Amino acid sequence: MGRILLSGNESVAQGAWEAGAVVGVGYPGTPSTETLAHFARLPDVYAEWASNEKVALEVAAGVSLAGGRVLVAMKHVGLNVASDPLLTLAYTGVRGGLVILVADDPGMHSSQNEQDSHNYAAFARVPMLDPCDSAEAMAFTREAFGLSERFDVPVLVRSTVRVSHAKSLVEPGSRAVPDDQPAYKTNPAKWVMMPAMAKQRRLDLDRRIDELTAFSRETTLNRAEYRDTSLGVVCSGVTYLHVREALPDASVLKLGLSFPVSPDLISEFAEKVDRLVVVEEADGFLGRTLLAMGFSLDSVPLPTSGELTPGSIRQAFGFEPPPLREADTSMPPRPPLMCPGCPHRPVFNALRKLRAVVTGDIGCYTLGALRPLAAMDSCVCMGASISMAHGAELAGGMGDRPIVAVIGDSTFAHTGVNGLISSVYNAGTSTVAILDNRITAMTGHQGNPVNGITLQKRPSHEVDLIALCKALGIERVRVVDPHDLEAAEDALREEVTHEEMSVIIFKAPCALLVKDKGDPYAVDEEACTKCGLCIKLGCPAIGKNEQTSKAYIDTAVCVGCGQCVQVCRYGAIVHSGPACDLGGV
Amino acid sequence: MLTTVMLCGVGGQGTILAADLLAKVAAAEGLEVKLSEVHGMSQRGGSVDTVVKYGDELFSPVTDPGMVDHMVAFELMEAMRRIHYVRPDGRMLVNPRAIQPLPVLTGDLPAPHGMQAILEEEGAIFIDADLLACEAGSPKSANVVLMGALSWGLPFALETWNDVIASRVPPKTIEANLNAFQLGRAACQKGECAR
Ligand SMILES: Cc1ncc(C[n+]2csc(CCOP(=O)(O)OP(=O)(O)O)c2C)c(N)n1
Repeated sequence: MGRILLSGNESVAQGAWEAGAVVGVGYPGTPSTETLAHFARLPDVYAEWASNEKVALEVAAGVSLAGGRVLVAMKHVGLNVASDPLLTLAYTGVRGGLVILVADDPGMHSSQNEQDSHNYAAFARVPMLDPCDSAEAMAFTREAFGLSERFDVPVLVRSTVRVSHAKSLVEPGSRAVPDDQPAYKTNPAKWVMMPAMAKQRRLDLDRRIDELTAFSRETTLNRAEYRDTSLGVVCSGVTYLHVREALPDASVLKLGLSFPVSPDLISEFAEKVDRLVVVEEADGFLGRTLLAMGFSLDSVPLPTSGELTPGSIRQAFGFEPPPLREADTSMPPRPPLMCPGCPHRPVFNALRKLRAVVTGDIGCYTLGALRPLAAMDSCVCMGASISMAHGAELAGGMGDRPIVAVIGDSTFAHTGVNGLISSVYNAGTSTVAILDNRITAMTGHQGNPVNGITLQKRPSHEVDLIALCKALGIERVRVVDPHDLEAAEDALREEVTHEEMSVIIFKAPCALLVKDKGDPYAVDEEACTKCGLCIKLGCPAIGKNEQTSKAYIDTAVCVGCGQCVQVCRYGAIVHSGPACDLGGV
Repeated sequence: MLTTVMLCGVGGQGTILAADLLAKVAAAEGLEVKLSEVHGMSQRGGSVDTVVKYGDELFSPVTDPGMVDHMVAFELMEAMRRIHYVRPDGRMLVNPRAIQPLPVLTGDLPAPHGMQAILEEEGAIFIDADLLACEAGSPKSANVVLMGALSWGLPFALETWNDVIASRVPPKTIEANLNAFQLGRAACQKGECAR
């Protein structure tokens, strides 16, 4: 087939397919999402988005119990959600190989925190493979399935943004489905983790980890490269590539199996180099591991958070930077923003007018926290909005300001519904806004239980949110079109005054799903009074003229949604001609 | 020999597709290639960049200040924001258009002025990609115009570019995109000759 350009995520999917994985399951999350999306397109596999990562890993555990090889994919914070099954699946082990791709986001390009999933490998005591590029992502994932079955344990494949979203040339291979497993026999000593059995499996896990530690000594997943031996660098993942570029002469111990690590492997390398240094991103996991083993490390002043680059490594090792042009720091920042026509915008516009305290959640709508909408008070983790609103009410509320929980459709199905059940059960009185834009937008438009679109386009059905809320015992449930600004505001105003739980479902498709754009609008300069209400919508099509302070609309950006027409009290926003006027800047 | 190209702009401007074209061309010409991009939050109208590196042997997919040989900026402020990434003797191709970020649109921050003059002093060549894209028959092909401009001065055969573009864009838009590429290439040739 020759070499093709694949991302790390696509390569993980390809490796799993080659290893004969029959099922893929996960929940979207940058930078992991394309892994399962790509797997789903490969022949002879079944793939699905689960409602959350815990569910995904449990589905995978079932596939494994039934003897199938299964790939699970999620982002780093997803592993927090899936950690409950993970830590006990380490005890049970597997039947069919079970491999979890976990994609970390050092530097937080698209995440609420920065965690190093190596810690989970050590915590759960499951092996972790650390590919540095697409070719390794493919080969390591393929190998991970064999290791999972050989050592009877789930295997974590860790990537980072610069593995997942880097593309390089790989040579895909063919699929080799392993032989059928011996017939299934009920085996409670292995699979029913109640105390008596768990105690045995706990000891057995120690044995398996010991075997893996011995394996770490001999496997070609780990590689010592000897060049100039005055400096020896220990590293893993993409950091290896940065180190090779930054310090081309250094000797390197590259850990492809970053947990568990054999002390003998390190000793052998340490003995041959004068100076032993660990180079790693964000957390210090490998460094702590080596220190705990008793190695003395030389430390260099690497950044303690964020991503490394070849340049930052060179700097830490005391090299001069190359000649530079002067940096310009005067540019205004360019934060991401809600698209023109976004149905989330009017909800936040109304919440701002209500001076609501908004417990928010994670999705495109989190952008409602930024100016000028500036109508979100918290965003912690997926599903937290509803439970936090309940908690804030338990503390006696927020003075005279109403409290509203705001959550997206995918996030509601992920873990929001759990909070809602709990609030209703405890006679909570919160107002909950579910922003049902018919898609999981932030991560690139995946289906979810609320819209009933499945990963491989199999028929399914939508959750009936109204019936669901009613079944939970919520009387006050209604659906509102957020593009009707008055209706959106009225609904919120009314529901926050009610001393009982209420849910408003703001239902309108994501602006990027709307193919028929309306004609763009323009500002009638005569009629504009510079009141600024349209500007406060935070639409990227509307700006304030620096000279006149009047509003203007960029017709090339406007999608004709008409939200601004509704906020203008002076009838100054009117239909204009067709787009593509490319006059001056 | 290692060549580093940085494409930068505003999420949604098509930097990712453009980078993909370049990477595929380099691969088709038998080189090693790496591309690194960022998805997710920033794609919603935020500041984005993609790095493509190619050569005989290469390691890291990312780059550092002072290491970029060719920068292609889809927008003025994004060019300014990354000017220090470009080698002092590197090449800068800039679409001379400003897309005001939200803090400017809302009047929270002043719009920057004089960017074109500063960039010109730094040796930038301006390619009015939006205008040329409209001329080529598809306003959405500005990214391909810029790839045409970049191609002038890179050691890749025109035929390879055309093949890669034809295989990568929607069939109905092949002609407009090939036109866009040609217009960009010609504009860069003119611009560089004028210097
Ligand atoms: C535990 C966890 N899993 C995944 C993610 C990645 N993620 C961020 S937002 C989001 C989905 C948001 O979808 P939705 O709630 O429908 O809101 P929208 O973006 O459509 O507005 C996901 C999956 C995360 N932040 N945390």
